[in-house]
Amino acid sequence: MECLLEQNVDTIFGYPGGTIINLYDELYRYKDKIHHILTSHEQGASHAADGYARATGKVGVCFATSGPGATNITTGIATAYLDSSPVVFITCNVGESLLGKDAFQEVDITGIAMPITKATFLVRDPEEIPDAMRQAFAIAQSGRPGPVLVDFLKNVTNPDVMIDYEFIPADNNRDCSAIRKLATDSAMSAPEIDTEDVEKLLDMIAEAKRPFLICGGGVVRDRADKEFREFAEKIDAPVAITLMGGGGFPGDHPLTSGMIGMHGSEASNIACDECDLLIAVGSRFSDRVALNPKTFAKQAKIVQIDIDRAEIDKNVLTDHHIIGSAGKVLSMLNAKLPQYKHTEWKEHILPLREPSKAPDLGRFTPQQILETIRNTAPKDAVVSTDVGQHQMWAIKYLHFRYPGQLLTSGGFGTMGFGMGAAIGAAVGCPDKCVLNITGDGCLRMNCNELATVQHYDLPIVTIVFNNGALGMVRQWQDLIYDKRYSETTMDRGPDFVKLAEAYGLKGYRVENVEEMQATLKEALAEGKACVIDCLLDINEMVSPMVAAGHDITDFLLREGGSVG
Amino acid sequence: MKQTISVIVENRAGVLSKITSLFSKRAFNIESLAVGVTDDPTLSRITIIVDSGNSVVEQVEKQLNKLVDVVKVRVLNEHSIIGRELLLIKVNATVTTRPDIMTICEICGAKIADITANTLTIELSAESDKVASFEEMMRPFGIMETARTGMIALQKGAAKI
Repeated sequence: MECLLEQNVDTIFGYPGGTIINLYDELYRYKDKIHHILTSHEQGASHAADGYARATGKVGVCFATSGPGATNITTGIATAYLDSSPVVFITCNVGESLLGKDAFQEVDITGIAMPITKATFLVRDPEEIPDAMRQAFAIAQSGRPGPVLVDFLKNVTNPDVMIDYEFIPADNNRDCSAIRKLATDSAMSAPEIDTEDVEKLLDMIAEAKRPFLICGGGVVRDRADKEFREFAEKIDAPVAITLMGGGGFPGDHPLTSGMIGMHGSEASNIACDECDLLIAVGSRFSDRVALNPKTFAKQAKIVQIDIDRAEIDKNVLTDHHIIGSAGKVLSMLNAKLPQYKHTEWKEHILPLREPSKAPDLGRFTPQQILETIRNTAPKDAVVSTDVGQHQMWAIKYLHFRYPGQLLTSGGFGTMGFGMGAAIGAAVGCPDKCVLNITGDGCLRMNCNELATVQHYDLPIVTIVFNNGALGMVRQWQDLIYDKRYSETTMDRGPDFVKLAEAYGLKGYRVENVEEMQATLKEALAEGKACVIDCLLDINEMVSPMVAAGHDITDFLLREGGSVG
Repeated sequence: MKQTISVIVENRAGVLSKITSLFSKRAFNIESLAVGVTDDPTLSRITIIVDSGNSVVEQVEKQLNKLVDVVKVRVLNEHSIIGRELLLIKVNATVTTRPDIMTICEICGAKIADITANTLTIELSAESDKVASFEEMMRPFGIMETARTGMIALQKGAAKI
């Protein structure tokens, strides 16, 4: 506990159990210093710790017991790993004498978590506790952030065990032996930014006629939105965001061209195809962005700015790269960058953007819901999403303004992430309005956490895009699998309004835009948690769409939904 | 193309499986692997041989560098290394064939490790291709069993990783 206080931890998400009982016993003594949020399920706790980390920029902490408790958090660990979110997961295992004997609730969680963490620690000696904790927190936050798992054997947590311990606050622990040891390690050492690399990029920018920028998750993670904005405005180039880059560049900025990739805007995808210089900041060119890495930005010199050397040339071969944190590299560039003007290029690309006003199609559309949210909810409302069509619509039609405003599972694509993440955000940012945008399929996955929302009185507004189907998979089946809707129709309960009521929350059903406007206003005015069930047509699709592996302008669906 | 990767790691439980999982995760096959403690007992050296393209090895090298337990990684140039494998081989050896076998051993620099009335167990430390050709030379006598280590390697000259 003292080790957690060292790291300024005041909030923990978790679920107790037999092996972690000693930690919870100690937590009882620290109740006034550390706030513990008890979720309905360990997976919910893992997503909440992740959402807390993403929304606040601090390290999230999640407790779980051994065995099933530990395996239940693995989806949360992988979600945090793929999106580089700093979370320290703490589990307890059986005692030393039982280790490896298939004891009750024993599982090799450090082995299971190995490929989905930055590092794992199995603490078998009480003397190792302070160093393991200091290293775990340092690793989780340093360089490219990510999850770390610390597994304590039960005997290590025994209250009778006493160790030599000195409280060293986290911001003053640079000299303690555990951290010094890490600092010599490649995983920890912050990369020195090469000034020659920076100069070379400045020359490339000077030569470029059609520059194009991609704002990736690295900008968000490094909270480098101001630096990125200055960079973009000085170059005067269209800016696309990736899913993880949402919030890194203002969604209503005149230079924004929308998301890029599979469901990227026509403006962004065409700009990518036609530009002569592409600068990606904190983006790893995932297969959902660079659908076909061979033809990606084929006319352009590609430049990658990333903190993780292993990302350079992993998916797309680049012409130049700079290793370093987004904020530092961009500040160095900004200091030397003159003001450019690329009026002709901008006038070619930016008008391709879809007008942001929802058209009247004679039915209740996802765009109308999101337009209502955009116009009604506070501009700084934190938005969590689940995964699927509603996620793509949310990023397309909402305007994110600051890092940490959008919480979404981009890399791992975890259905059921949104509710947990919203809980984390509501706990971490109590002064902000939190919206959880979800679908009917996703809400079914983790709706048990509505109990947590109710108990802690977290004013989360859950908006369900209910089309009675697993819409994104159905969309693929519609376009690519000859309308064979195999197991994607969700013609079943529960009634989400009644479900909300069963959890002691208010539920609303909404079937048109007028009801939506009235309901959202009412819900926000009440300032209480609620569920708004929005009934949509089962055939709604996300457009544009480019099929996996195809060229980025090979649209299956065009902007507005016409077949490409 | 065969490439040799030399990795210095913390001598701790679980480190080897972390390293090998980096390969298996990408479905790369490891041709040979040798692990042993170094002159510093807290560190181990892992020598890995893979048959993969340059980009694959480069990616694995970068990923290895990110692991907390990895101290140093170097992809060794095949022309500038001293590489050795150890072979233990048990062959049929009667009174009539024994002199022939011993002549071959002498030529190849192999040593007799054990002898019985009907067998010889021989040890040979050499480069991979020499070990392979020695094994071929033994085949006509009847190989009963072999054990072969992965290659271990150091850079030629004064250089160290």
